[in-house]
Amino acid sequence: MKIGTLKTIKAFKDWLIIKATREGSEISVEETHQLLHDKGPFVLLDIREKEEIAVGYIKGATFLSQHLLNEKVENLLPDKDVPVVVYCAGGIRSLAAARVMKEKGYTHVFSMAKGIEGWKAAGYEVVGDSELTPHQLSRYSRHLLLKDVGMEGQMQFLKAKVLLVGAGGLGCPAALYLAAAGVGTLGIIDSDKVDLTNLQRQVLHGLADVGRPKTESAKDAIHRINPDVKVVTYQERLTPQNALEIFDKYDIIIDGSDNFPTKYLVNDASFFTGKPYIYGGVFQFEGQASVFFPKEGGPCLRCLFPEPPPPGLVPS
Amino acid sequence: MKEEQMEVHVRIPAPLKKLAGEQDVIKSQGKTVGEVLRWLTDTYPGLEERLRDETGQVRRFINIYVNDEDIRFIQNLQTPLKEGDRISIIPAIAGGSSFGEVKPDHGT
Repeated sequence: MKIGTLKTIKAFKDWLIIKATREGSEISVEETHQLLHDKGPFVLLDIREKEEIAVGYIKGATFLSQHLLNEKVENLLPDKDVPVVVYCAGGIRSLAAARVMKEKGYTHVFSMAKGIEGWKAAGYEVVGDSELTPHQLSRYSRHLLLKDVGMEGQMQFLKAKVLLVGAGGLGCPAALYLAAAGVGTLGIIDSDKVDLTNLQRQVLHGLADVGRPKTESAKDAIHRINPDVKVVTYQERLTPQNALEIFDKYDIIIDGSDNFPTKYLVNDASFFTGKPYIYGGVFQFEGQASVFFPKEGGPCLRCLFPEPPPPGLVPS
Repeated sequence: MKEEQMEVHVRIPAPLKKLAGEQDVIKSQGKTVGEVLRWLTDTYPGLEERLRDETGQVRRFINIYVNDEDIRFIQNLQTPLKEGDRISIIPAIAGGSSFGEVKPDHGT
């Protein structure tokens, strides 16, 4: 009976292949490899499920599970004339997916024959299984759907180290979003304790945190959102003595400080350590935001405002 | 021959509003940026100390834009204006704090 079933499945597969080969177009793993090598303008679309992706995928792929294809593909790939190579494990599901895409008006859709199994059999490289767990593939799946993030982008997020100067009105929302997105390491420097008057805007802290160090409260809140994130706390003030040493350990500096001496110190220390400085300032309902990255040729805060106002002249 | 009165719009930043009659935008007069600022500080004397230092120069933590150009990269206070130009006064802003509470600590 088992053999009978297998025969039926095989027959069904044969039928599907013949049918889809007529209606769709297949492309070999060798041709796909060549396309990737030539860096041609095409999209390599992996339509497998997250458990399969966790075991290995082709570098450069964009991810969209087959069950989401019908609903999401036009958002993911708005240009219907860009060539698309779809792949799955063995080359069957990708035939069906290619057909769906043709029906939606995609003009150059190919199914990679024999799938990633054929790719591996031909001796081509797959990205190994250690990078994202199935849980992470699910958690970050909406990032994987974004062409400008994708698997490589998510890996960069997870490896990134971001320093937040201040866990207050600006630092809190920044930390929430970075943590949720899976930025791997968040450093938080703040010497302050949570006060009742902070709670209306400093959204990492809650009523039970009043009186606790902001760094501790922030760490707990971040771990509630995403335990993937490593939180490093500095329960101290940023000073000319500690700034360079701390900044050195991070890729990006986010300034949520509320006073000019700290802002200019963050600017100068970012300049000397060559780090991008994400600047923000708020006064009531007005705000300013900028990225200063002089190492890449742009201006710094001192180019914009050569010196800070003397104390008392502008409210902070 | 009567000289034409030219009107430009000056955007007042939140930290200076209370010194300018709580107005967001002030219709001001002048043919250059310098003249408009003079008109503004004559009309609202409280702005004088905030906008200019002892030598009469625009303070170094305040930028002035004509439409979207920083006047430092055009003709500074001599930058000529035309009817309907928008001038923005943009001071450095520090806080993440709400209502101008001054607290000598970071993290608000």
